[in-house]
Amino acid sequence: MNDWIEIGRLEQVPLRGARCVNTPAGKIAVFRTAENQVYAIENRCPHKGGPLSEGIVHGGSVTCPLHNWVFDLATGEAQGADEGQVRTFAVNVVDGRIFMAAEVMLMAAE
Amino acid sequence: MKEKLVIIGNGMAPGRALEKLFETDPDRYDVVIFNAEPRVNYDRIMLSPVLSGEKSFDDIVIHGDAWYIKHGITLYKGCKVETIDRVNKTVTSANGITESYDKLVIATGSVPFIIPVPGVNLAGVVTYRDLDDVNVMMLAAKAKGRAVVIGGGLLGLEAAAGLNEQGMDVTVVHVMPTLMERQLDPAAGYLLGESMKARGIKVMTSANTKQILGDKRVTGVEFADGSVIPADLVVMAVGIRPNVALAKTAELAANRGIVVDAQMRTSDPSIYALGECVEVNGATFGLVAPLYDMANVLAAQLCGDEKATFTPVATATRLKVTGVNLYSAGDFAEGDDREEIVLRDASAGVYKRLILKDDRIIGTVLYGDTGDGPWFYDMLKRNVDTREMRDTLIFGQNYQGGAPLDPTAAVAALPDEAEICGCNGVCKSKITGTITAKGLTSLDDVRAHTKASASCGSCTGLVEKLLLLTLGDSYNPAAVQPMCKCTDLGHDDVRRLIIAKELRSIPQLMQELEWKTSCGCAKCRPALNYYMIATWPGEYEDDGQSRFINERVHANIQKDGTYSVVPRMWGGMTSPNELRAIADVADKFKIPAVKVTGGQRIDLLGVKKEDLPGVWADLNAAGMVSGAAYAKGLRTVKTCVGSDWCRFGTQDSTGLGIKLEKFMWGSWTPAKVKMAVSGCPRNCAEATCKDVGVICVDSGYDIVFAGAAGLDIKGTEPLCHVDTETDAIEVIAALTQLYREQGRYLERMYKWLKRVGMESIQASIVRDLTKRRFYYDRFVFSQKFAQVDPWEERVNGKDAHEFAALAEFGVPQAAE
Ligand code: SRM
Ligand SMILES: Cc1cc2nc3c(=O)[nH]c(=O)nc-3n(C[C@H](O)[C@H](O)[C@H](O)COP(=O)(O)OP(=O)(O)OC[C@H]3O[C@@H](n4cnc5c(N)ncnc54)[C@H](O)[C@@H]3O)c2cc1C
Ligand code: SF4
Ligand code: FES
Repeated sequence: MNDWIEIGRLEQVPLRGARCVNTPAGKIAVFRTAENQVYAIENRCPHKGGPLSEGIVHGGSVTCPLHNWVFDLATGEAQGADEGQVRTFAVNVVDGRIFMAAEVMLMAAE
Repeated sequence: MKEKLVIIGNGMAPGRALEKLFETDPDRYDVVIFNAEPRVNYDRIMLSPVLSGEKSFDDIVIHGDAWYIKHGITLYKGCKVETIDRVNKTVTSANGITESYDKLVIATGSVPFIIPVPGVNLAGVVTYRDLDDVNVMMLAAKAKGRAVVIGGGLLGLEAAAGLNEQGMDVTVVHVMPTLMERQLDPAAGYLLGESMKARGIKVMTSANTKQILGDKRVTGVEFADGSVIPADLVVMAVGIRPNVALAKTAELAANRGIVVDAQMRTSDPSIYALGECVEVNGATFGLVAPLYDMANVLAAQLCGDEKATFTPVATATRLKVTGVNLYSAGDFAEGDDREEIVLRDASAGVYKRLILKDDRIIGTVLYGDTGDGPWFYDMLKRNVDTREMRDTLIFGQNYQGGAPLDPTAAVAALPDEAEICGCNGVCKSKITGTITAKGLTSLDDVRAHTKASASCGSCTGLVEKLLLLTLGDSYNPAAVQPMCKCTDLGHDDVRRLIIAKELRSIPQLMQELEWKTSCGCAKCRPALNYYMIATWPGEYEDDGQSRFINERVHANIQKDGTYSVVPRMWGGMTSPNELRAIADVADKFKIPAVKVTGGQRIDLLGVKKEDLPGVWADLNAAGMVSGAAYAKGLRTVKTCVGSDWCRFGTQDSTGLGIKLEKFMWGSWTPAKVKMAVSGCPRNCAEATCKDVGVICVDSGYDIVFAGAAGLDIKGTEPLCHVDTETDAIEVIAALTQLYREQGRYLERMYKWLKRVGMESIQASIVRDLTKRRFYYDRFVFSQKFAQVDPWEERVNGKDAHEFAALAEFGVPQAAE
């Protein structure tokens, strides 16, 4: 339950940027905001599958690179007039090391 | 016969009283005004923006000469009244003009207080009260020397910020331990001091001035502890004293100020006084809001309405220094009968404090985030019981139940009596009522009819929201479209301010220009990144995270998340070697599609992101660089075969195209730039639908520009004809540079032309050879830093994180 897997160090993710974690079931995008908050969401835009990790990160949101939908990184919800949601995953940053809940990998594998 | 009204002093207070008077009873008086200052009535509050260079004197005039003519007023400019003869009811000026009066109004304002230390009469010591003072300061600032501002109150800090903007090395010297102690508590005073320091202004507190040093001109300031700081200019801004000298000679009752009752009457029944020169119930006044209340009372009195009386209310203060948000109102001293609520957010530089007595707000100090100031102030004035909302009060209006309001809804929720414009005491219902009654449609209309937002301007945002609320969609806010939701500034203002304020990074810009979001959005960040690159070539460090993915990884993202790679083929020319390398790369990386583009080169489609560096390495090895098919920058230069092969070719169009592409590749532009060179008017390179095209003719080169054939089909416009290839290249580079400096982000060349007009472009690029050269040189300079192949950089390791996963799980590992 409380198993966390280390996925990398904070500084490996660019500020206001993202990197992907590849899992058997697909990519999870790990974001780092200007304020050093870290979020993980599914790397697939509910609109037409855009890779969200490639979007521009601003405040606590990301803008999809394909057609500019904006998602709240904490809730995964689309902002503004667009409707949709991406899955979010628990992450934990301790001492500059980023951990993701191990169950995420299991879930993803289902 | 009309009665005769004489006014001494032509400041903001009597100006307002006259407006009111003319509204109510325009024909009652013949009006004569004496003004010691040689000018019309202007907005004294706005001297600080004049000093900092944000406004000109013309911008702050309240009543131009025409207004005096229209109302039949005799205005004696530069005439100081020296005597009042109360027996014969006349006044006489220093230069000998005498006028008789039925009613007299004294509005002599204040005089700056000068601390009595040696050296105050030296050249280079000025006060801060009128336009002459500002002119002296601006002149002194030209030499960019050192300025010492004595006084850390409102005036002193505005003077310091203005002089700092003008390039002087400024020190503020304040006798108290923290700045603006009369309006701010120590915590806010401290934050203010830090923000002054952050803009390069030195701040010395608890500093007691002993004397001003110098022989004829000031050279420095010495303090009680013996320390000395050098100075070329000293601004004395330690306070004001009501200007009572004239009233005292006329033997009118006066203490600190001229004594008047609540009807603005002095001890002589024919004489009134108002403004900063008066004293009501022992109190004097130094901000315009109460003076305007006095003006309303005086106007009523002059029209025979004796019921109107003046009651002072707490006033709110704001500091007019761009980038500093500060608001204070009421009483904020601590006391046993008082409670306070404090909120601090150090990282955001926010400090808020409310002082309550019997559950009612009696004072507030806000620093950093002042949005709720008017709401608190309104409750203060209406004596609202806040017990119910006590827990969330400090978080402001948005948090009072329900979901947070958006800013417009928050304004909609304000009560009708809420004061919107503090300077002019205009409440919400007065603004919305006037908009409806008079059919107003613009901010200027509202300013003209209600005065709201016409003085210091800090309520402009609120007034615009009221316009929006009242008029709905029919409100068309000024011609300036904000860049995005993060700011009210338009693209042109932002570009101008980047240069004027020397903003050199995006965070600095967002701070200085008061961005409303913490780090912008996907609309403004790419634009700002471009403006920085274009303004500070070689200095500004590109911010990849503010670029769209295509420009960040130098390939075009496709609908399935793969990329396309387009190498340059200079002028559309290629070779067997290049074609072989492309074929090999396509095989090696199993690239599914190879296509000839519409831009005379080859597109490799469906490349996996992690393969990009490998693909580029192989293409680089064959001498190819990025074709920038993704860039807001130079794309292709199409050519036809020209005089090398074609029987109609007049010039070497292929050669010129290659030269242009080799000279101009790598440059970033507001939107993409495509070019073409055709060898004759048959125009096989389709030059007449490109951003810049050249049609070769026998006598030289016809240069055309501002075409497009995408969303809009636009044939080009002729720019000019030149005789030589060298001239053609110079014109095209200069034109591109002008566009780089003026174009708004994403505004393609044809839209830019439509906005600025052919005349202004030809004036710079065709008719004035010095200007053309100037733009050309700047293009050349910026190219020194731009022509680095982004592929090669990444092959050598730049941004490696882009092309590899952070971690892999459960993906089958290769056997060891
Ligand atoms: C590859 C190419 C089509 C082809 O297979 O031939 C192409 C492909 C794309 N064009 Fe184009 N355009 C291509 C030539 C053109 C041309 C013809 C030309 O350049 O002579 C035009 C009309 C001329 C013009 O620009 O006015 C053209 C007008 C557009 C437009 C409309 C621009 C406009 O201002 O109206 C867009 C949309 C945009 O830029 O916002 C666009 C956008 C695109 C994008 C970048 C769409 C996108 O954002 O993903 C496509 C990228 C595909 C890719 O990954 O390569 N493409 N596009 C051509 C590449 C030329 C090159 O070698 O660089
Ligand atoms: C730089 C600066 C910034 C300010 N910022 C703010 C602000 O943000 N908010 C705010 O509320 N207030 C501000 N104030 C204060 C505000 O400007 C004054 O309260 C207001 O202008 C006073 O108006 P008044 O009509 O009483 O006097 P004044 O505007 O001072 O006018 C008096 C006029 O009378 C003339 N005069 C004097 N004696 C004679 C004579 N004997 N004969 C003929 N003419 C004479 C003077 O030359 C002067 O022109 C600021 C003031 C300054 C200087
Ligand atoms: S025409 Fe449309 S679909 Fe075809 S390449 Fe251009 S943008 Fe893509
Ligand atoms: S795929 Fe994300 S906005 Fe269209």
